[in-house]
Amino acid sequence: MKIDEVPQDPGIIKDGRSEICYAVDKNGKYVLAGSKGWEPKNIANSQAWDVIDSKVQSTAQQVRKGKKSPLAFYMVLHQMDMGLLAKYAGISRWRVNRHLNPLIFNKLAPRILSRYADIFEISVDQLKKIPDQLSTLENAKAPK
Amino acid sequence: MISIDFEHRQAAHCESGVTSNLLNHHGVQISEALAFGAGAGLFFAYLPFVRVNGLPLTTYRCEVGGIFKRVTKGFGIRFHWLKFSSGQKAMEVLDEKLEAGIPVGCRTGGYWLPYMPSAFRFHFNMHNLVVIGKEGDDYIISDPVFPGLERCSRKYLMKARFAKGVMAPKGAMYYLTDVPKNIDYSSTVKKGIKIVCNRMLKSPGPLIGVRGIHYLSKKIRQWPKKLGREKTVLYTGQIIRMQEELGTGGAGFRFMYAAFLQEAAGILDDSRFFDLSKEMTDAGDLWRRFAIIGARIIKGRASDSDTYEKMSELVTSCAEKERQVYRSLLKLVR
Repeated sequence: MKIDEVPQDPGIIKDGRSEICYAVDKNGKYVLAGSKGWEPKNIANSQAWDVIDSKVQSTAQQVRKGKKSPLAFYMVLHQMDMGLLAKYAGISRWRVNRHLNPLIFNKLAPRILSRYADIFEISVDQLKKIPDQLSTLENAKAPK
Repeated sequence: MISIDFEHRQAAHCESGVTSNLLNHHGVQISEALAFGAGAGLFFAYLPFVRVNGLPLTTYRCEVGGIFKRVTKGFGIRFHWLKFSSGQKAMEVLDEKLEAGIPVGCRTGGYWLPYMPSAFRFHFNMHNLVVIGKEGDDYIISDPVFPGLERCSRKYLMKARFAKGVMAPKGAMYYLTDVPKNIDYSSTVKKGIKIVCNRMLKSPGPLIGVRGIHYLSKKIRQWPKKLGREKTVLYTGQIIRMQEELGTGGAGFRFMYAAFLQEAAGILDDSRFFDLSKEMTDAGDLWRRFAIIGARIIKGRASDSDTYEKMSELVTSCAEKERQVYRSLLKLVR
């Protein structure tokens, strides 16, 4: 890659920070160059987010239909699977699986609920329901 | 408030960047590319049985921690490497070292670092950064993939250091303790090149090294028939992300390695490394063309010539190009 070919397509990084890449200058020597992003990379990245997003949406629907507990929603929102959530909560995978069932989830002790709530950094009350507006979730997810 | 006078230099990859910045702090002149090459960072493996978000893993660089390990060993530098079972303890020991004026490298997960752009907030546990100070509740962090110093609260740094899942960092931290005055660069550089060439040319099995690239090429051709359009597009995106995502310097580290070969030409006083650097740049450019076509297909913007067949051909030519480079390099470092 020549230095004038270093792509400057913003997309993934929105705050103007640039990343470093290696490119060849006029004399054939490698130099460091800043890049604001690259279109193919942006496309591949947003593809990954579309997959996460559609998972979040479909899980939200299942929760609304009463097929899954809100825990399932927060789990996929944080890009976790049962194995990862089990590790964060210190609860066995088998039990986490049961807690994804709304009937069992509704009977959970506050002690267990707060363990889950702490991982997602929400209150126990928030954990018991899912937000009405999913588009506001971007902010809810980012740590302060 | 603690603030260690630490030169933060932005890098393309976290581990080689941390290695070069830490060594530089202790008076060892080493660029990121040199750390990457001397630490034998370049690699390739296509591991369909290891799944990341349900998609096969492709890796373009060596095992985590390998670069730091090989550079320090080669240069005769001693370091302490600590792991913890308790988060409180891990933070206390970090504080002690900072108070003693020692910059500390930490392995972390990416998900809990608040300064990480939201688009990169995935659960990957192979991140490296250097903690260089503390102000109130905030730690001052030299994260080499970002242009300036970043800050992170105690709570989130602890969370990041104890991220769970595959390759969990378990609070791992490291700092240099003993740095020799005279360092022999050339033997470590040669050794690093030898390791990369041997791994790329002589690894057993079809999935690793140049053979792995050929294997990937074969698979790409089969994907559309075997997996159907939807899945093939996801698989393609995964390869591009692994190749181009933050911390790869683009082209799956090939350009960074080419930059290293130029430095090696100076250190070993042999212009043939410079010529091979050009060849490696060509390989990197081929990888980039592959990503361009792949992205067009993902987006549904493919022209008639943007096909999986074409992508497969490009990957084959990457493999052939790289094979030539490693063979010639191996002859030079023998």
